Amino acid sequence: MARLKYACDMDKSVLLNNFEARGWIPVSQDDDWNFYWANVQSVRNIFSIDSGYRLTDDQIINHFPNHVELTRKDLMVKNIKRYRKDLDKEGNPLAEKDEFGRYIHLDFIPQTFMLPADYNLFVEEFRKNPNTTWIMKPCGKARGIGIFLVNKLSQLKKWSRDSKTSNFTPPTSKDTYVISKYIDNPLLIGGKKFDLRLYVLVTSFRPLKCYMFRLGFARFCTVKYNASVNELDNMFVHLTNVSIQKQGDEYNAVHGGKWTIQNLRLFLESTRGKDVTDKLFDEINWQTVHSLKAVSNVISNDRHCFECYGYDYIVDDNLKPWLIEVNASPSLTSTTSSDRIMKYKLMNDLINIVIQPGQMPDVRWNRIPSKDSLGNFDVLFDEELAQQDQVLQDSKKAGPGVRGFKDLRGRPSPATWK
Amino acid sequence: MGEPPLTQKYMKELIHDLKASKLYTDLQNAAQVEVAKTHLRLSDVRKGVQTGLVNSGWDRKLRNAIFKYIQCHPKIPYPLPPADHMKEPLLYLRKAQQNWEKRILKSLNSMCTELNMPLARKRPEKEQRDIIHRWTELGTDGPDLTQIRPVYAPKDFLEVIIGLSNPNYHNGDAPGFHHLWGIVQVPLKVKSINKLRLQYSDMAINQGQSGIDDFGDIPPELFESDKMKIGKKVVNACHGPLAQEFSKKGCPTCLRATLWCQMLGVEIDEEDILYYEQLKVNVQQHDLLVDSLLYKDVKLTATNDDQYFVFEDFLYQVLLPFSRDTCVLKHFAQNSATPPKSYIRGKMGQEEYAVVYPPNGVIPFHGFAMYVAPLCYVFNEPVCLYYVFKELYCRYFFRLHSISSHPQGILAISLLFESLLQIHEPELYFHLKTVGCHPLKISFKWLVRAFSGYLSSDQVLLLWDRILAHSSLEILAVLAVAIFSFRKTNLMKVQSYNAAEAVLADLTTLQVIPLIQLSLFSK
Repeated sequence: MARLKYACDMDKSVLLNNFEARGWIPVSQDDDWNFYWANVQSVRNIFSIDSGYRLTDDQIINHFPNHVELTRKDLMVKNIKRYRKDLDKEGNPLAEKDEFGRYIHLDFIPQTFMLPADYNLFVEEFRKNPNTTWIMKPCGKARGIGIFLVNKLSQLKKWSRDSKTSNFTPPTSKDTYVISKYIDNPLLIGGKKFDLRLYVLVTSFRPLKCYMFRLGFARFCTVKYNASVNELDNMFVHLTNVSIQKQGDEYNAVHGGKWTIQNLRLFLESTRGKDVTDKLFDEINWQTVHSLKAVSNVISNDRHCFECYGYDYIVDDNLKPWLIEVNASPSLTSTTSSDRIMKYKLMNDLINIVIQPGQMPDVRWNRIPSKDSLGNFDVLFDEELAQQDQVLQDSKKAGPGVRGFKDLRGRPSPATWK
Repeated sequence: MGEPPLTQKYMKELIHDLKASKLYTDLQNAAQVEVAKTHLRLSDVRKGVQTGLVNSGWDRKLRNAIFKYIQCHPKIPYPLPPADHMKEPLLYLRKAQQNWEKRILKSLNSMCTELNMPLARKRPEKEQRDIIHRWTELGTDGPDLTQIRPVYAPKDFLEVIIGLSNPNYHNGDAPGFHHLWGIVQVPLKVKSINKLRLQYSDMAINQGQSGIDDFGDIPPELFESDKMKIGKKVVNACHGPLAQEFSKKGCPTCLRATLWCQMLGVEIDEEDILYYEQLKVNVQQHDLLVDSLLYKDVKLTATNDDQYFVFEDFLYQVLLPFSRDTCVLKHFAQNSATPPKSYIRGKMGQEEYAVVYPPNGVIPFHGFAMYVAPLCYVFNEPVCLYYVFKELYCRYFFRLHSISSHPQGILAISLLFESLLQIHEPELYFHLKTVGCHPLKISFKWLVRAFSGYLSSDQVLLLWDRILAHSSLEILAVLAVAIFSFRKTNLMKVQSYNAAEAVLADLTTLQVIPLIQLSLFSK
């Protein structure tokens, strides 16, 4: 068999070590690669109409052309809102609401508005609850850049004055912001705030095939959490991004403020009980699936693409998870040695799922990896398998749960969308 | 048999102890409530009150209190030995412990002089307010620790242990044929593998175990659901011995906190909370040199540990009050160690001016904070965390850093490790010894810390489940042997101490319960 040729835009050891360990041959981006780990810019170029690039059956690449539908903060919110409305119209039991008009099962992103577009809507909401804190994020930026907290309308007015450099150009994605209700009751452990970074691999959106990586982690703030208004400007208290925390005096390079999901589970099971802990992780899985379902019809489901997303969740003190954002290019830089091992495994297991072991990439493959090649990934949802099982189940009128829901067992049936 | 009078003495002390406790007044009040009940006939007051107390759960509380007393107070031997024999019967070990204490104290004192720091000082008003203000985040802006170094590390302690020998013991002219293998040269009696098998029969392979059968992909209906069902019943019964029996096969994660409290007889009431608050005030008022030692230790161990860094601030909230807790002094009645004394300035050597220093009599060493760290996963509340740690320390962990002939002491545990490994893996033992790497030199630090910080957090807790359930530290030696057996193939290839240490450097991937089973029951 010919050796697999890879191209890579990033000089990251966890990537290159994996490729080398497999005996793959490095080629340039312009050569005939089989596997391309590209940055989003290159992907945009490849799929742009002008490039005239045609991918062959043995070429795969690590981003979907319009992944921004999921990974840009404003678009994700827009898509999830639309998804909920659609389900509601269908009369789907999932879109059930409580007496306050809130979705019972689908209320998993903090209330969010687009700025400047939704400014008036936001002001209306703000007036209703003047004592809430809101968090402003620029749509197109990552790693905590440009984020600030707001609890007075005057702060927002000042921002809008300052940022308006020219009134002639329409706002681009760089100038648009989302403003979300700040989760001000986060679950604290050891007095500190944290968020969860989970890795989700999608190999197809229609039918949806997605996998959850077991070795995600919790990122802690170095400074004790303090909800007081005086600390609003202290970003070390509020933001868990490693790139922010790294600048703090208290940053520890040995562990980098990262805790494994296993440790989090152990702590929660011991101190809060097993049932609520299981429920938390089930909910996280469901929210992830819903967020993917929300974009599955708008994403251009190119057969050559797969994508590994970094999902960020915050857990509040009622153990309810909130989806904060989805990253298209989760950092593959290793801050600590266990970080490197984890990310190496991530890449290794990922490759085993997107390419059949020992073979060349083949877009005609049915994308059903064998159980052995899942590694540290669990099947989160496989629409195709779920439908097959559904058919089987219908014919038998009985039988065990859907195969796709391996770790979603015990969920009451009205919560499924079938 | 001359037993009865002494059992009586034991009973007397037990009753004396109970009478001084809050339980006594509580029981009296409860009895009064029973007496006042209208359906009670005068003719059977006694019986009626007794059944009343049983029905209202007070008899369980009394039983638990007695159970706790028996666990913490060894039987009094006959004839009654002098007090220092109660601490340690062997004169040469007593002496060795005293010398070791002198050394620690000297090192502490010289650090004081060198750094020109007092052992204790009253904090100025402003600083006191500051401490209370920062109480839940003591980790940030702690004292300057650059000059502080740990008083001793397990390695230093091991050297002392290696140097021990019984002056009355002479093993003939052939230099050391009997004890030729190990580095612990003190002849103590340790258990054979068969005795250990009996003792830990609940851990046998045919028994369902938490830490194996509730792991990973095993469907819960095979083991976990039943275990939980029984576990909930046990927890509701609120009975120490029952909790212990149940926990011999491990504690389900979500019941661990309750089961441990029951086994240790820890039940937090208002009095306990008040007492803890008082200790906090003591921390607020005085700055001790040991505080810096404790700070330094946390910074060196837990703060850098990717499993425990989250709990840094909790550790201070436990360790600092602990150093002020004079109740801890009681455990020295069973401990071969004696609390160090310091004298008020200018009154050196005058007994009436002597004070125990630190107030709880325990000088922390490198790694001390790791006795607390794993507990932070189980108890989310500093007060509860505090009392569980105190009980664990005063029952078990103090034995891991004092020289004594007690079968639970570090000497006996080390010797047990060596003898088990020699019998189990003679080839491996001989190989390591030949390349100049005595196995105990690697495993000693594991034993002293009860494996905390070496295993992954869930595994430490599974191991400590068994320590509590069997009231014994011997499992530590068994696990250490199991680890050597498990890594045997690689260890047989090493040619130096450093290489052996590298093979055993990372234990975080190990599953302790299957390993223990392997070494106890496989051969």
